[in-house]
Amino acid sequence: MPWKMPVAPFPKAAIASAFLLVAACGEQAVAPELQVGAGPYTLTPELIEAATAEGIVSYYSSLDLIVAERMAAAFEEKYPGIDVRVERAGSERVFQRIGQEYSSGIYNADVTDTSDAVHFAYFKNEGWLAHAVPTEFADFPADAKDPDGYFAAFRADLSVIAYNEQLVSADEVPTSFADLLDPRWKGRMVKGHPGYSGTIMTATYVLSEALGWEYFAQLGQQEVMQVQSSTDPPKKLALGERALQVDGNEYVAVQQQMAGVPLKIIYATEGTPLVVGNAAILDNAPHPNAARLFYAFMFSQEAQQLNSDTGGVRSFHPSVVDRNNRPTLAEINLLRSDPDELGPRLQEIKTRYEEHFGT
Amino acid sequence: MTPKLADISLNRRFRFDASRPVFALLALLLAILVVFPLFWLLFYAFSDSEGSATLANFIALILDPTVLRAFGIAILMALGVGTLATVVATPMAWLVSRTDIPGRGVIRTLVLASFVTPPFLGAIAWEILAAPNSGVLNDLYRWVTGSDGALLNIYTFQGLIFAIACYTFPYVFTLVANALDRIPSDLEDASAILGAKWSTTLRKVTFPLVLPAMLAGSLIALLQALTLFGSPAILALPSGFHVITTKIWSYFQFPPQLGLAASAAIPLLLITIFLLRGQKWILGRKGYTVLGGKGTAARVTHLGKMKWPALGMVGFVLSLTVVLPYAALMKAAFTRNISEPLNFASLTLQNFNFVFFEFSATRLAMWNTFLLGILSATVVTGLVVIISYVVIRRSFAGSAFLGTLATTPIAIPGIVLGVGLFLSYANPSFMLYGTIWILLIAFVTLGLPAGYQQMSSAMSSVHSDLEDASRIFGASRLKTIWLITTPLLRTSIVATWCFVFIATIRELSATILLTTANTKLVSVLIYDLNESGNLGAISVLGIMLLSVSFVVVFIANKVPLMSSNRLPLRG
Repeated sequence: MPWKMPVAPFPKAAIASAFLLVAACGEQAVAPELQVGAGPYTLTPELIEAATAEGIVSYYSSLDLIVAERMAAAFEEKYPGIDVRVERAGSERVFQRIGQEYSSGIYNADVTDTSDAVHFAYFKNEGWLAHAVPTEFADFPADAKDPDGYFAAFRADLSVIAYNEQLVSADEVPTSFADLLDPRWKGRMVKGHPGYSGTIMTATYVLSEALGWEYFAQLGQQEVMQVQSSTDPPKKLALGERALQVDGNEYVAVQQQMAGVPLKIIYATEGTPLVVGNAAILDNAPHPNAARLFYAFMFSQEAQQLNSDTGGVRSFHPSVVDRNNRPTLAEINLLRSDPDELGPRLQEIKTRYEEHFGT
Repeated sequence: MTPKLADISLNRRFRFDASRPVFALLALLLAILVVFPLFWLLFYAFSDSEGSATLANFIALILDPTVLRAFGIAILMALGVGTLATVVATPMAWLVSRTDIPGRGVIRTLVLASFVTPPFLGAIAWEILAAPNSGVLNDLYRWVTGSDGALLNIYTFQGLIFAIACYTFPYVFTLVANALDRIPSDLEDASAILGAKWSTTLRKVTFPLVLPAMLAGSLIALLQALTLFGSPAILALPSGFHVITTKIWSYFQFPPQLGLAASAAIPLLLITIFLLRGQKWILGRKGYTVLGGKGTAARVTHLGKMKWPALGMVGFVLSLTVVLPYAALMKAAFTRNISEPLNFASLTLQNFNFVFFEFSATRLAMWNTFLLGILSATVVTGLVVIISYVVIRRSFAGSAFLGTLATTPIAIPGIVLGVGLFLSYANPSFMLYGTIWILLIAFVTLGLPAGYQQMSSAMSSVHSDLEDASRIFGASRLKTIWLITTPLLRTSIVATWCFVFIATIRELSATILLTTANTKLVSVLIYDLNESGNLGAISVLGIMLLSVSFVVVFIANKVPLMSSNRLPLRG
């Protein structure tokens, strides 16, 4: 009997070629199909009524769980009768979940956000995203939106060095990534994992470009505690489990500051990795109207301000006031990444990372 | 009388007996349960993405030093767990079974509590207790000694062995205690009469008699450790090493490397089969332990002054496996930040409020968990009653084959079954992945062997007289099972049901690969929350899971016959 593959759940070749295609198309990525009514949509009473009739919006998010649930609660309060189901995991895990589900013909997700821009290039290329431009997008700068209207930057995040003041004396406070190679930090640091977190994946990529893999080879000798989520390092600092985080979400560190934990954030001299967290509506969303309503809410000044005030999340929305006492993005030396460059290298980065850190 | 009976048998000959097709269907179902996932596992392992035969996956694995390292570490870890569990559990089993140590009932109950505790939850509790800097026990150590070092570090190879052994030693304990309960004391009495001290008798007579049970128990513990996913994922990854199960899981990152996942699962399957053969061989030799089997009461050793040190040792072990971890979960559940000191000011219900009122995944996960627990327990119990009946009563030619089919899944570790089922049913044409049915298939498959072992041993102790009477008076086999056999065995049935229910709600190794957002279970929710460091919410969910388990155990124990020595072999 000849070895014949039936319908393979995930044809490897197709995935590889998809990445090539994303890389090849670059800026002039062609939209797979433009839907009818491609213009901006407004929140008409009909839309709200239809959304309420659907009753549920399924939100696959990589946002810190507490922030995501708080935003969901604000939405539920504004639109009674619509239940937001938050499915929270690391960006790479969200990507895995949607990828597995779509490959198996399961359409459960309505709206998603992850902190790995590569995912959105991939989703868009696969035709898995719905065209959706809420009027709220008008406020956002052009470079925070997909020109074809499939996704937009829901949040800006920074992967930062941070430390617990109680565990680090004033004279040993580092200023750069290079400082972290000092033997004094051995066994005192914590970091997230690029196989789980999109923030860490993006940060690992830009730092490997800026500092070379040699840097990670040396960092790997420092007995760094390896957690998964980029939301976890600030929590480990708050527990006092480790003194300093190599990487992790700035906004979660800010949340810990709000809770009274003596965390200090460092914007390293080599630069701070900027992580753009996109959001989109899935093409086969089971609750398309509720999805549109929720998506519009996510980008509203109201929700963006709420996430900033209570969660420390940075926004691209021009009228959101950052009341957290910290430098603006313009004041920080940012390390930016190009999703088209990163896309084809995800696997390579995970493999090299494992060489240096063991997992 | 005679003509009447003849009429009845004449009647029977022409009546269609629905039980035959039902049993045939059952055999087919069991075969599919086992054969289908294994077929796809082998298929993916031995084929490339085009579907042509290849050994490339295995070659890739052998050439990848990270895979070999993961296998090596996993085997060493499993050996460590097997040894530690045996060293700890054997003396405890002897103390409980053969001495007058006080509180034997409480000790058995706490061992059962260790068994019921999901290993992943125990691992998280031990993070709270023994993380090198924030661990509660290390804080205590620093406070007492004034040192600034750490006494314990759970994020190490040794820490991992310890945390797994805490929840696998009950397997050894139960097997050894059962053996000790069964061994007649004639030989020990003879030894004592001939003037041997109690320690000599213990060393030269009792110990060799329970050695097979010990070895068999340590193999089970070893196997559990080797195929466990949760604890290594929680404790090994932070310190930067993989074991084989976490490595397999990492192949599912998108885009998944299914060929590699399948081929990495196969050695795990082979090792399991090999070890179970070993166990069978060892237990098969234990025939001599019942030598001279007059049912004399077991000989009780009076500990005298040794009573208190012995109790101290047992108390120490049980505080490590149950008391301290539960206290840690309670503390994390009721405080904002577990490194805060516990007092009235730091007490909060915030975590409970979050889990039950804010966290949108809780309700669905709880519903799915209990629904699946109830469904799996009911399906497995129903299946094993019928299978045991057919096998024990030899209803058909070749009916023993059904028993073999029902026991086969014992050789398939949870994570291997997870990979196999994923490969079989994630295919869109089946529409099973993403539903609770794929999880039900997994739990039924995993629960069958232990359920069958329990039920068939119970059934062989019930004589067939009453069933024969029912059949003679014309009832079909199915009707006989329902009206006669089931009521006779109700205690064992309740026990089996409860066991499968608990095994289902604590399962993670297969679940982690088969769950989706809509079919999330509490176990996976806890695992997800651990990845993002939400200890408070984990503790609340964990306490809830434990409470439900204990209620079920309590119910099972209310039923006579299910004493704590009925712990089956498989979790």
